[in-house]
Amino acid sequence: MAAVQSSRPLAARLQATRKTRSGIIMVLCIVAAALGLIALALILGALLWSGFSSLSPAVFTQMTPPPGSSGGLLNAIFGSLVMTSFGVLLGAPLGLFAGTYMAEYGHGSKLTLVVRFINDILLSAPSIVIGLFVYEIAVVPLGHFSALAGSLALALLVVPVVVRTTEDMLNLVPGPLREAASALGLPRWLVIRFVAYKAARAGLITGLLLAVARVSGETAPLLFTALNNQFWSTDLNKPMASLPVVIFQFAMSPYKEWQQLAWVGALLITLAVLALSITARILGAQRTSQ
Amino acid sequence: MSTDAKPAPRDDLRDRVLRGFALGDKSFRIVTQTCAVTVLLLLGGVIVSLVEGAAPALRQFGFGFLTSSAWNPVTENFGAAPAIYGTLVTSFIALAIAVPIGLGIAVFLTELCPYALRRPIGIAVELLAGIPSIIYGIWGMFILAPFLQEHVQPAIIAAFANVPYLNQIFSGPPYGIGIATAGLILAIMILPLISSISRDVFNTVPPVLKEAAFGIGCTRWEVVRRIVAPYTGVGLVGGIMLALGRALGETMAVTFVIGNAHKIMPSILGPGTTISATIANEFTEADGKLYTSSLVALGLVLFVITFIVLSVSRLLLMRIEQKGAR
Repeated sequence: MAAVQSSRPLAARLQATRKTRSGIIMVLCIVAAALGLIALALILGALLWSGFSSLSPAVFTQMTPPPGSSGGLLNAIFGSLVMTSFGVLLGAPLGLFAGTYMAEYGHGSKLTLVVRFINDILLSAPSIVIGLFVYEIAVVPLGHFSALAGSLALALLVVPVVVRTTEDMLNLVPGPLREAASALGLPRWLVIRFVAYKAARAGLITGLLLAVARVSGETAPLLFTALNNQFWSTDLNKPMASLPVVIFQFAMSPYKEWQQLAWVGALLITLAVLALSITARILGAQRTSQ
Repeated sequence: MSTDAKPAPRDDLRDRVLRGFALGDKSFRIVTQTCAVTVLLLLGGVIVSLVEGAAPALRQFGFGFLTSSAWNPVTENFGAAPAIYGTLVTSFIALAIAVPIGLGIAVFLTELCPYALRRPIGIAVELLAGIPSIIYGIWGMFILAPFLQEHVQPAIIAAFANVPYLNQIFSGPPYGIGIATAGLILAIMILPLISSISRDVFNTVPPVLKEAAFGIGCTRWEVVRRIVAPYTGVGLVGGIMLALGRALGETMAVTFVIGNAHKIMPSILGPGTTISATIANEFTEADGKLYTSSLVALGLVLFVITFIVLSVSRLLLMRIEQKGAR
């Protein structure tokens, strides 16, 4: 090194500066990674700390309290479960069939290209706009807010996720499998049902779980479709409480008890979403290892 | 199947089964095709219903709706300028913070990180991308905003007090909540998204290209700058646009900390509002046709902005996907 430096000082100096510059920028990258991870760790830490410190059995057995008294989140948890289930029941079949068309019948067709493009836009469209749409088509004609409208809004958020994963997963099914089934004389739709769906099953379930994870934390589209309800209600035609909307209302309030319940609700949602995503990931990993 | 008891001749049965197959195939095809078209109609429906809902406000205010900064429910005079301004500025702040850090994380994950840690950190980042935005919102309101108000904003205000122009942008008093805080929360929220997309895009670079560059003596930075960046440029921009689309339309992370003030203030530390925060805060309380219609019109503006951003993003990402498939 030393000999080289003395004979070609300029080249060596140049190389040294290049190395230093590269080193500095790489250190900056490490700092960026550390910063990002620290910020996210701070959020999760605060959530776990504030959530678990107010978590109690009453959360799961009592209704949302009036201002200034303690209570639970039972009606909100129930409402979230009901509206998420109905949303998935409404949205998943539509998404599944649309994705099936794109991968099986209309593979490479113009319609498929357009639907894929539009679907990708719906996938990232602002959820509050979906809420406005459902307000116009379901709340205005009926004249009142309802859990049904809330489910519809969630269903519209489920559709793009399911379309996307269904198409992707069916495209991964090897063509020879389908050809073999067709050679046995099965018509196309039975090939899809008995061969393609079966081969892609883990992937399809993964997509469904991701869709549930996506909608279970959605607040904006529920604000003016399902509204909120302080009491226990199982009537789909009436306003219904949901965890995200209750968190929104309680966190914005000046009451200590409400704010604590908001943290607990946030913790519950986060745990549910993480559990769903991790399950989806494990299922996906099994599929690829097979 | 049929009601007559006599056993059908063999050929007849075969025909019937085949016809059943054909019918089943045809109907299944029609059902799935209808569903695919329904997805198209959904987007059309969203646009039509928004335009219809926004029509009274747009008729009343015309294009002035976009530039007016009035927001008075009592006199029923509405304008979108403060909300549009807040939406654009918060998203811009978010990108300005999250893009460099997110790209840094992606470079770290693809170039520097030990192999044993790549998968766990990558998975953690992806899981964080799925956390509901309301979590970021309440953290921002309860923890970040008070911290900024007490420790950070007074220092910033003091530091820029004597610098021309900048003292306008960073003028007090320190509220804690406001445009800058909302931008910061958005930055943290889109950070996992930017990092995971850029990492995926960086991974499309064929290793041979990088190895060749290392082979002729390039430093790590030169490989990233001269090989990885040009190869992935289009996809990177697409990913950033996707994150921008997310930030523009985000509601819950912003609503808690924006302050909900229908004013355009010179200081970014002051309170403001965004389109989505205005709708979330006021829609259920809006009485009167014009008020509701103005809020829907805001939604339409937001939809148009995000539609353009997301379309461009998808077109760019499609190009890198084709490149990866080749």
